[in-house]
Order: sequence, then structure tokens, then C-alpha cells
Amino acid sequence: MKSKSTQLATKFKSFFEEIGDLAYFAGRFFKEVFTRPFEFKELLRQCYNMGIRSLLLVGVTGFILGLVFTLQSRPTLMEFGAESWMPSMVSISIVREIGPVIIALICAGRIGSGIGAELGSMRVTEQIDAMEVSGTNPFKYLVVTRILAATLMLPLLIIFGDAVALVGSAIIENLKGEVSFLLYFNKVADALEFSDVIPATIKTFFFGFAIGLVGTFKGYYCKKGTVGVGEASNSAVVYTSMLLFVIDFIAVFIVDIFFEV
Amino acid sequence: MEKTNNKEPVLKIVDLKKSFGDNHVLNGFSLELYKGESLVIMGKSGSGKSVMIKCLMGLLVHDSGLIEIMGHDLSKLTLNQLNDLRSQIGFLFQGSALYDSMTVRENLEFPLRKNKEKFKQKDALVLEALESVGLAHVMDLMPEELSGGMKRRVALARAIILKPKIIIYDEPTTGLDPITSKEIIQLMRDIQEKYGASSLIITHDVDCARVIANRMILLIDGVNYAEGSFAELALSTDKNIKAFFK
Repeated sequence: MKSKSTQLATKFKSFFEEIGDLAYFAGRFFKEVFTRPFEFKELLRQCYNMGIRSLLLVGVTGFILGLVFTLQSRPTLMEFGAESWMPSMVSISIVREIGPVIIALICAGRIGSGIGAELGSMRVTEQIDAMEVSGTNPFKYLVVTRILAATLMLPLLIIFGDAVALVGSAIIENLKGEVSFLLYFNKVADALEFSDVIPATIKTFFFGFAIGLVGTFKGYYCKKGTVGVGEASNSAVVYTSMLLFVIDFIAVFIVDIFFEV
Repeated sequence: MEKTNNKEPVLKIVDLKKSFGDNHVLNGFSLELYKGESLVIMGKSGSGKSVMIKCLMGLLVHDSGLIEIMGHDLSKLTLNQLNDLRSQIGFLFQGSALYDSMTVRENLEFPLRKNKEKFKQKDALVLEALESVGLAHVMDLMPEELSGGMKRRVALARAIILKPKIIIYDEPTTGLDPITSKEIIQLMRDIQEKYGASSLIITHDVDCARVIANRMILLIDGVNYAEGSFAELALSTDKNIKAFFK
């Protein structure tokens, strides 16, 4: 039997090998994304699958996020007589941080695991091999389109989710604090600046890229068997979730340097 | 089937070797497939049949040896050249490998995408291929709505839609009931007659081999163990060969 230190060393080695493979995979994406033929039809289909079909989930999540966040914050702000700050506080928190991260995590679960499972089962049932022997480049058709679609759709989903969260927050403010919707959104507009919105939106492209990249990587190189499909789907979510926090940290760090928040 | 006399090889494999670590799967396998011929390769599970056809289609890179398809050395081709060559080869996968997210029509149109001339005639070509396998009425169904036998026939239609010069069948009757297996074997014969393509058939099915083979190769431990017509091999007294025909 291998000693624990040997097992640990093997795990570390395979972890770094996987990071290397992922980097190579990302490099291949950037190489193939700019070369013909462009799979526009498949890209649109993936945008529809990832974007339109996630709207309900993102909408419900965003709405509940806005409701709960406002309900939980209200008593504390009331203690200090600062209820009027509620729209500013909620909008800045949601737009800058909570909205993008929570919705990206939800999308990692829905989109990332979906991509991992779909490509994994295509690999196991030889559908990817079938594409290759028919003379089509499966990487371009399956991988490039999905990563691009995730990169393009996630910012839109997050903007939509943030907006719905603010509507949820406005409803609570209207019911509990008798603040009109007009007043609420005027205060939101006053509070939010470009330095809140632009960096937060830019990082969502990276979130989308990470979800697409890890999902396709795990699915495309899925090991044989149904167990492999499950593992691809599961690990796509786990790795993406970790990666999202790393990207978020880097983004906040960079924004902190340039905008001195 | 009777032996063909055409001695023009469309596919040649010489001394093919492929290993995965210490596992030597192919240890010098060779074959020649002639124009219009049906060559059956039989071997036990793990004997290297699937690895051999994956090397043949460029899905795996072989360690050494020569693979020549229609005069082209596979190892010297660029990816584009390989893809052009692949479009002249039809491939029937063991599990049919139909694209789940596409209708039957879209599955059949998929191999046509690279050829603009043929893509313009896609409706006629799809109909012709589906009529060849007797399934013109399932054109707009999804693969999940088809039975196992129907899936295999649709996969066969997809394999022949570009009118390939070589058709490779990977276990064409595996997982099918005896009646459906006979239908598939009959279809393979009909397609062979209609298109005059050379066929390379990997199978465990002795009935399939008896009906379809002009010539057979027995693959054991990654090498050609025996070669001959079905009748010659079936009458052999070698216990390893006899084991296949029990």
C-alpha cells in the first residue's frame, strides 16, 4: 500500500496536471474561436438554452435575494435611524457583489453541470467520435460555441437578476417603509456610479467564461461510463464554484487598485 | 458471399502497433481491404479491434506501422486532409452514436455540412439514405423516439449518405434481437450491392460473418491469428479458431 505522503503527492501531481490540461484547453479555445468555420447556428442555440431557459431560475433567485436582503437589513438600519439608506445599500451590495456572485453560482449549477453532463454523455456514447469521423471539428462545434454562449449570456442573466432583486427589495420597502417605487429607484440611480456598475459587469464575462470552460473541459474529457458522466457534471460545478470566488477576489483586488473604493 | 477478385487495396494496414503504458494492445496487426470486398475481423473482447479502428479513423495515434487509406499514408496527412479523407469513409458505431439533440433529419444532414455542393441537395440525399434503410417516415423524430433497431438503421443511413468508398461497421448487430440483426445484415448486403463500397466489419456475430464475409481475419492478442474465407476458418481444427465458431 502507498503511504499517505505518496498518496498526497500523487493527488497534488494530478491536480497540477489538470490545471495544465485546463490551460491548454483554454489556449485551444482562443486559437479556434477566431478561425473559420464559425458555428453561428449552434452558438445561437446554445445562447437560447443558456440564456432564455435560465431566465425563470435567475429571476426567482434574484427576486428572493432582494426580498430577503431587504428584510434582514431593515431592523439593523432602523436601529440607527438609517432606513432611508436602504435603497443605496441594497443596490450597491447587489450590483457590485452579491448579485453577480450568487447568480453566477446558480448558473454554475444549472449551466456548468448541464454542459458537463451533456458533453460527458456524448463522449461516452461515442457521439463526439462520430462528429470527428464525419469530418467536423467537435471542439469547434461543441466546445467553442458553449464557452462563447456562456460568456455572452452570463452578463445578461446577471443584469436581469440584479434588476429583479432590486424590484424585490423595492416591494419590501413599499410594503414596510411606505417608500414609493419611483422614490426607491431614484435613490438607486443616485447611489449607483459607473465605478460600481462597469467593473461588476466586466467580471461577469469572466464568470461566464469560467462556467463554460470548466463545464466543457470536464465533459469533453469525461472518462468512460455513466459514473464518469456523473463525475464530470459534479466536478464541473465544484471546480467552477471555486474558480468563481478566485476570479471575484482578483476582480475586487484590481478594482480596489484602480478605483480606490 | 463469394470471394471478390479485385486486388486493388483501398485500405492497407502494415505491422500496426499500439500500447497504453505496459498494455500492448496491437502487436503488429496487418490487413488489406480490396475494392468492393467485405472483410470481417473477429476477435475476443480486449483483442484490440476497437483500438485498431480508432487508429484507422485517426481517433487514436498509433505507435508504429503503416495505415494507408486509398493511397494516403494517414500519418502524413494534415487535419484538413484527414477530414477530407474521412468524408469518403462511412462509419457505423456500435451504439449507433446518433446525436441526441438533433432530429433524424439533422443527424443525416450533419456529415453534409462540409460539402457545399452536397449540402444544397441535402433534402434529396437524406430521403434517399433513409429510403435505403426503409425509414423515410421517421425523418422528423428525435433519436429517443426510435427503437434500438431503428437507431442502428438511421446510423447506417448517416454512414452512407456521402456515398462512401469504404464503410466500417463496428459490431453492427450487437445488442439487437435476432430478427433485427438479420434485417441489419440484409441491409448491409443491399448497401454493398447498391453502392459497391468496400466494407470492413468488426463483429462477434458468426451469423453476420457467414452471410457478409468475403474474407475473414481472426485477431488474437493484437496480431492476425488466422485469415481465410468463412468456410476455411469454420473447418479449421485449431482450438483457438474453433472457439469462435462454437
